[in-house]
Amino acid sequence: MSEAAPLLEANGLKCHFDVSAPLLNRLLEHQPRQVVRAVDGVSFRIDKGTTFGLVGESGCGKSTLARLVVGLYRPNAGAIRFEGVDLAAGTARTGSKSPQARMQMIFQNPYASLNPRWRVADIIAEPLRFRNLVHGRAAVSARVAELLRQVGLSPADAQRYPHEFSGGQRQRISIARALAGEPDFLVCDEPTSALDVSVQAQILNLMKDLQRRLGLTYLFISHNLAVVYHVSDTVGVMYLGRLVEWADTESLFRRPQHPYTRMLLDAIPDLAMTGRPRTPVAGEVPSPLDPPPGCAFHPRCPFANARCRSEVPQDTKLPGGAVACHAVAEGRLPAWKEYGA
Amino acid sequence: MDPLLQVRHLRVEFPSRRGALTAVDDVSFGIAPGEILGMVGESGAGKSMTGAAIIGLLEPPGRISGGEILLEGRRIDDLPQGELRKIRGRKIGAIFQDPLTSLNPLYRIGDQLTETILTHLEMSPVAARARAVRLLEEVGIPAASERLDHYPHQFSGGMRQRVVIALALAAEPRLIIADEPTTALDVSIQAQIIGLLKRLGHQHGTAVLLITHDMGVIAETSDRVAVMYAGRIVEIGPVADIIKRPRHPYTVGLMGAIPDMSRKVERLVQIEGAMPRLDAIPSGCAFHPRCPRAIARCRAERPELLAAGSSHAACWLAGEVVHV
Repeated sequence: MSEAAPLLEANGLKCHFDVSAPLLNRLLEHQPRQVVRAVDGVSFRIDKGTTFGLVGESGCGKSTLARLVVGLYRPNAGAIRFEGVDLAAGTARTGSKSPQARMQMIFQNPYASLNPRWRVADIIAEPLRFRNLVHGRAAVSARVAELLRQVGLSPADAQRYPHEFSGGQRQRISIARALAGEPDFLVCDEPTSALDVSVQAQILNLMKDLQRRLGLTYLFISHNLAVVYHVSDTVGVMYLGRLVEWADTESLFRRPQHPYTRMLLDAIPDLAMTGRPRTPVAGEVPSPLDPPPGCAFHPRCPFANARCRSEVPQDTKLPGGAVACHAVAEGRLPAWKEYGA
Repeated sequence: MDPLLQVRHLRVEFPSRRGALTAVDDVSFGIAPGEILGMVGESGAGKSMTGAAIIGLLEPPGRISGGEILLEGRRIDDLPQGELRKIRGRKIGAIFQDPLTSLNPLYRIGDQLTETILTHLEMSPVAARARAVRLLEEVGIPAASERLDHYPHQFSGGMRQRVVIALALAAEPRLIIADEPTTALDVSIQAQIIGLLKRLGHQHGTAVLLITHDMGVIAETSDRVAVMYAGRIVEIGPVADIIKRPRHPYTVGLMGAIPDMSRKVERLVQIEGAMPRLDAIPSGCAFHPRCPRAIARCRAERPELLAAGSSHAACWLAGEVVHV
């Protein structure tokens, strides 16, 4: 990563949810408090104009992290800095836009994230009106038309309702709405997971074009490693609330270090794998209510030893990244067979 | 080998106020015993409809309006419901996308398994229970005899899908229709389920129709693949051929649209537009409005599946080599 100041920096983020039974039940049935550590000490930084991809299986805390970043959840510990300004410090107006106003979010399901009773024009104009960005009816509709054109739709579409559009077009509307607030930073939570591959390709190409044209920075969350490889400059891998490895995209995909990253890369069905046998993947993600002690991945890890079962691994710095694994730190991890070579 | 399942000129229609909508149009293919035929396409291509028609579970008012379906040489598409019910489960098993909706949440999985076994096979309840344990062991569920008394909600997503597979295999069917069996699962679980389907298919000589939108899953499991677009098969052939030398421009576009992890590209191949709606299928080749290579003939005349190398493609230009 470059030496320049990052656009967004997260330090030791934690988000815990109390999912205990009601107090009376706890007292009568002698149940302990139960806490889900959805995000448990995550640090990362995103440079301006780049894409940080976040991968992991369901329940590993990706979406919680996204919501922490945009401020939909408050962290229990840790801090998020946007251009050096602490987001928790409140919205001290210093003339420029507050950090929150410069972030927008794109959600997975374009069927649920657009109000079915509003016309597209109103959906896209809402951030314009809310933030008082554009004044006057004519100026608003001109800006809406411009945004629609920017995402590859026609200005005439402004008068239609969301149900008249296909999934891919609806995701374009979500993107237009996100862009209406003139953000610098977009948090995209599985933006193409509900779409067909050919439509996914259209949306990914559009997002890359917009990034180039408008200098946007993305936090891109997906469970699809191929998609993350395609869009990201830097990739982080999450497992049970922790960032187990992050590195620049090429290093992570060519020389994955953490056994979990290797397992994920090994598990993806791939066109090149026709007729070839593969190493089987063992086990499942444990319940976040009762994570294993030590390294959370140790029950599935072929390289686990006594230390892995008792001690939580800390980050080991690597060129262009970091990995939280005892086997890597102790240098007892075998080399990775080059993927796709 | 004689095909176990033969589908000939299958046509599925949905009557509507403005005339019948054709969801599946003149689809023909066969599956040999022990073979896995992958069926791939985007939403609305008619792949699930084809699977539902074979197993006789088309949602009314959808109906088979033409063609025939033969299982072991016998027509099954015109059987009365009662006869069909005997075949379903006994000769054809089904696995659907969401394992939670395929299992009854109010019954222990052991009861669901033994019910299926006793319905289709002549055996005592004790023997059926023993068979249920063996089935669970076969699909890789640890501590099978204890798990028999658990309810579906006590299983994780991956384990639940294993139970559904055990249920589909309960009466040793000759054919399994698997409709997006791994779509709801995480990649690491998906890899396990794919491996399981493949192993069981080969061990039991069961034919599998694997319906999915994921070309990667098809590449790893299937022997042959059929690509569907707007209700028709546009290309069918051995999986290695279709992946390395796709003939139909739609297949070419579909392959290019998948992000490739072996090399970084700036832009993905983009097929402009979207799949047409059923009430607005274009004339000629249904793909022509999105096709970069369309000629006048494509707009006027519909291409049939023609031999192209070792596969078949429904494209007027399939004879020429298409470069990806």
